[in-house]
Amino acid sequence: MLLLQVIVGGLLLGAIYALFSSGLTLIWGMMNFINFAHGEFVMLGMYVALLVVVWLGGGPATFGFAAAVALFVLGVLVYGSLIRHVTRGPMLAQILSTFGLALLLRYTAFWIFSANIVSLPQTSLGGTLNILGILVPVAQLVAGITAAVLTVAMHLFLTGTTIGSKLLAVAEDRNAAMLMGIRPDRMQALAWGLAAASAGIAGALMAISYPWSPSVGETFGLMAFVVVTFGGFGSVPGAMYAGLIIGLIQALSAFYFGPIYKDIVVYGLFVALLWFRPQGLLGKA
Amino acid sequence: MKGTIALCLAFLAYPFVFSNAFYLDIGVALLLAAISASAWNIVGGYAGQVSVGHCMFFGVGAYLPLLVYQHWQLPPIVGVPVGIAISLVLAVLVGLPTFRLSGHYFSMATIAVAELIRLVVSTWDFAGAAIGLQGPAVGRGWYDLTFRGELPYYFIFLGVLVIVLAVTWQVQRTRFGYYLRAIKAGERAARSLGVPVRRTKLYALMLSAAFTSVAGSLYAIKTGFIDPDSGFGILVSVQMVIIAALGGAGTLYGPLVGALILIPLQTATNTWFGGGGTGLTYILYGGIIVIIARFEPGGLHEMWQRIAPKLWKRHAA
Repeated sequence: MLLLQVIVGGLLLGAIYALFSSGLTLIWGMMNFINFAHGEFVMLGMYVALLVVVWLGGGPATFGFAAAVALFVLGVLVYGSLIRHVTRGPMLAQILSTFGLALLLRYTAFWIFSANIVSLPQTSLGGTLNILGILVPVAQLVAGITAAVLTVAMHLFLTGTTIGSKLLAVAEDRNAAMLMGIRPDRMQALAWGLAAASAGIAGALMAISYPWSPSVGETFGLMAFVVVTFGGFGSVPGAMYAGLIIGLIQALSAFYFGPIYKDIVVYGLFVALLWFRPQGLLGKA
Repeated sequence: MKGTIALCLAFLAYPFVFSNAFYLDIGVALLLAAISASAWNIVGGYAGQVSVGHCMFFGVGAYLPLLVYQHWQLPPIVGVPVGIAISLVLAVLVGLPTFRLSGHYFSMATIAVAELIRLVVSTWDFAGAAIGLQGPAVGRGWYDLTFRGELPYYFIFLGVLVIVLAVTWQVQRTRFGYYLRAIKAGERAARSLGVPVRRTKLYALMLSAAFTSVAGSLYAIKTGFIDPDSGFGILVSVQMVIIAALGGAGTLYGPLVGALILIPLQTATNTWFGGGGTGLTYILYGGIIVIIARFEPGGLHEMWQRIAPKLWKRHAA
């Protein structure tokens, strides 16, 4: 029973990994660009949730929405002011741009919020459910399911709507898309907004159940790399499966080897994967 | 050539002009930063393979001297070649799989491997876990390289910097150096002209790793202490990247120029803002990196090359 509980917990957290990783993979798929600040977007989502709760009050729906909107705006701003100018530049500029942004965001957060670990005050999602003997905290259940629904929604948005098709068209061939009357710049700005928003909501969802400090961005950023590599670069469904798998692996290694080893196991798998299957477990060769 | 001689003389004279401990300390920190940034520059600058996890080599180099001292009471310097050897193995492990793929993979892999090593070291009792390792407090002989003053360290570091720059200069002039620049300019084109792309990138990484490891060793021997964050922390990598990129990545003196600007700046912010300054320093670092990436990816070197002719023209008129 305990094992089942660990598995359920891992999958629920994994669904949130899937959500923010789908943002990273979207950017990669569209512009062959790695965002080193993606984990910092998740971290900012957490602090947005905290600020909304402290200043305005309101439940998870309110601060989740606020985090999504705030991060969407940030994502578009980052694209317009920084990324747009470096994508055609040298590799050094591409990598340094978001790497520097990550430092800037992380240490500004340190400066404003201090290095202390914080957590949200008790939300309306308290209590624990007992499903056939498996104890699941309500907050984690709601957060995990919300994340899964949003990830699926993102996939459906990309594959089933006109705007989504335009996004994918730009990803496929920027010039051809331009000839079809699509403005690649707008679509890429939208992709950055969506990616950042997915990170922001994911952050807000995790903030409900887990305490954090400004340094979590680094961990989540690396976690997103791992998930995206597992799922194959540029694939949202791949990120979804991989997120669940990584969440599960993490929970099981914490259970069997102890909590300090959970990240070591995941990063170790990542390195092994780079060696043996760099296109990802689910990616095409 | 004249410039190089003047630079050498300036560095030789510095400790005698500014002989008090504070300025000497800045000089030593500056030399160390210039060594590791110059080492990064070989793969990150010349070959254009942007490593953001170079702290893995620095950390290995830093840990080994203190490990051999702690466990076998050997002089720390014995650990230096061992550190280099392990760093070379690490370079092959990271480089072989990732150099087949696009440059982003390499960057991602370096940061992930560095973090993996940091986590392993911080839970590994043999390596002092989270507490870290200490070197000999009092030297048992000259071979322990524990000096009272900073002066001997200054000259040792200066010697190593000269070696690193001399090797870089040599690399620049040879076929290997041209290969590196060809790869940076366009990998596919380079390959089509018969450049052995993967092997060249791997050699560059190995050379860079060896020197970075030496920089780590120098740091640990001088400081006499190392812990996971000062060896394998992300900020160690950040410093190398920012210094090289600021001065001009892929140029011989770029990293040295970067260090000449950034290290005094860092000391200044730390003295002005006290303990709270460290946070501000890194905000500043992030800001500088973003600005370089956005406006001046060639660093100050390229900016100078653009501005200098205009200045001359104005003088002539």
